[in-house]
Amino acid sequence: MTRGAGVRAVAVVAAAAACATGVLVAFGHDPLVAARVLVASTVGSPQNAAVTLVKSAPLLLLGVAVALSFRAGVWNVGAEGQFTAGAIAATAVGVNAAGLGSALALPLLLACGAAGGAVAALPPALLKRFRGTNEVIGTIMMNFLIAFALSFALDGPLREAAGTFPQSDYLAEPARLPRFDEASRLHAGLPVAVVVAIAAHVFLTRTLAGLRWRALGDNPAAAEALGLPASRLALLALVASGAIAGLAGAIEVAAITRRLFDGFSGGVGYAAIAVALLGGRSIPGVVAAALLLGALDVGSASLERAAGVPSKLALVVQALLLGAAALLAEHRRRARRGVVPEAVA
Amino acid sequence: MTAFADDLAASAVRTATPLLLAALGETISERAGVLNVGLEGTMLAGAFAGFVAGHASGDPWVGLAAAVAAGTAVAAGFAVLAVLARVDQVVAGLFVNLLVAGLTALAFREIFREDVFSARSAAVRSTPFPETRAGILDAVPVLGAALRQTPLTWAALALVPAVAFLLGRTRAGLAIRAAGEAPSAAQALGLRVRRVRFLACLAMGALAGSAGAALTLAQSDTFVEGMTAGRGFIALAIVIFGRWRPAGVLLASLFFGTASALQFRFQALGLHVPHTLFLALPYALTLFCLFFLGRRARGPAALGRPLPNEAA
Repeated sequence: MTRGAGVRAVAVVAAAAACATGVLVAFGHDPLVAARVLVASTVGSPQNAAVTLVKSAPLLLLGVAVALSFRAGVWNVGAEGQFTAGAIAATAVGVNAAGLGSALALPLLLACGAAGGAVAALPPALLKRFRGTNEVIGTIMMNFLIAFALSFALDGPLREAAGTFPQSDYLAEPARLPRFDEASRLHAGLPVAVVVAIAAHVFLTRTLAGLRWRALGDNPAAAEALGLPASRLALLALVASGAIAGLAGAIEVAAITRRLFDGFSGGVGYAAIAVALLGGRSIPGVVAAALLLGALDVGSASLERAAGVPSKLALVVQALLLGAAALLAEHRRRARRGVVPEAVA
Repeated sequence: MTAFADDLAASAVRTATPLLLAALGETISERAGVLNVGLEGTMLAGAFAGFVAGHASGDPWVGLAAAVAAGTAVAAGFAVLAVLARVDQVVAGLFVNLLVAGLTALAFREIFREDVFSARSAAVRSTPFPETRAGILDAVPVLGAALRQTPLTWAALALVPAVAFLLGRTRAGLAIRAAGEAPSAAQALGLRVRRVRFLACLAMGALAGSAGAALTLAQSDTFVEGMTAGRGFIALAIVIFGRWRPAGVLLASLFFGTASALQFRFQALGLHVPHTLFLALPYALTLFCLFFLGRRARGPAALGRPLPNEAA
């Protein structure tokens, strides 16, 4: 993170908190009570802090996925679908893994999850590479297609044996990621997420390939003039981003829900975009932002139980954080670049 | 058989109406160079405001006015970010989607708390627009049934040639197209590109708001959280499908309307067609369309790009 990043982050959070307070007051709730509930339920005890970590894990992985693609100048808006695709692939492996040992089943499940996410990112990536199509439209269309693919899978091939509800059977025992603590569901996927985040950080800041990605994202025209294969790099970035998002889906199903159901992703892929932008597209920033939005998720659920504030408040605060972060990022870019002719910018 | 065709035609046009309204609005803003991924949220704001005002006043016209106002207000907020503050258009659109989804769900629960969670949920209804008949055309088989629609559908159909005229035959249309194709050149020639884009966004918002009203004041008489259910994104696809032209947008809307109407009819008839396949059709077709049209499917040249730095 650059100098002053902390100050900017505090400014963003303060602005969003002020707006959220306004919303609370507007609907006749006491913001002080709300603040107390939020703090207590997220970091008030080791148990609650563990729950916050658990909620932050998918946001961290998805945020890393989205931030990586953004750094390469590729707008992956499809993390939602790639997350689901990863979960579908992992479930297909997991429900049939009864005969395998954990040492074989778990790596296989995670690899299939990553592959599922990569496959989901492939159509828009190929369209961008060979047809010059805007990846935003492509990845959004894939989000919907994969949501329908999920319904289709739960209607047929992956439907539970009992056949009652549109959900899958539980994963076989060897395909479940172990939990360290049943109450908070603190699980072995968390260290995996941290390792991926560190690897992504090293990749971006310490390797030649990472430098190329950043060059492409920071100034595509200059990158191409220097001979970088821009459209091939963009394809790679989108597929790699999809693979990490798919991995997140596989971890979520193997460690938390342990079965697949309709609406599995629940918007976490869109929240990831807020995480990536809030984190200033840098990996340490993404870690902080994932923790913040994870806490928001836990806190808003408690707020609904304790004070009757609809938990949808979390969505509003998420949006406000995204808006404030985007405004600030633009301000920063302008301050850094000054006035640049359009042909160069 | 004729009853089936009548039903199908009527429901296809009814389903196409909100798609057509939203896609026409998006056509205007995209021709001006502004891609609004927040179309979904803008529609949802219209649906909510239209429902609340229609419910409170008992008059669908009041509801429609509120929906248009809400859509325009949301679009104004979007334009402040995307056009004036030069925030990336995709980010600004996602911001709109998240914010409106959260705010409408929150407000709906707060306002109708007692009614929704009790037996009085039947009280949470709007007064929908009545259907009107198409004069002498009403006697024509299928077409007559297809045109038995609310005033919103009539307005949407009338807007197709109106928007085509605006874009193709007026000075304002020329300014919009210039802002979308060559903003720097237009700027150099003295066109106030920023203002043109801002106004195009407002027009988009008004139309997207009325598209929302079509959901809560015509297609149904109630509001459900997240009830746009991806229609805003289908409308984005329809604009591409219709090649950024109102007539093409009309055809694409009717096509998608028919696809989803067929799915409902098949279900009603108890036919065993996997309904997810039908639902997925618009999205899959959009990807195919992008693939086969390739570079010809390119929209306005400056679509999605902010204005040059410090442009007035």
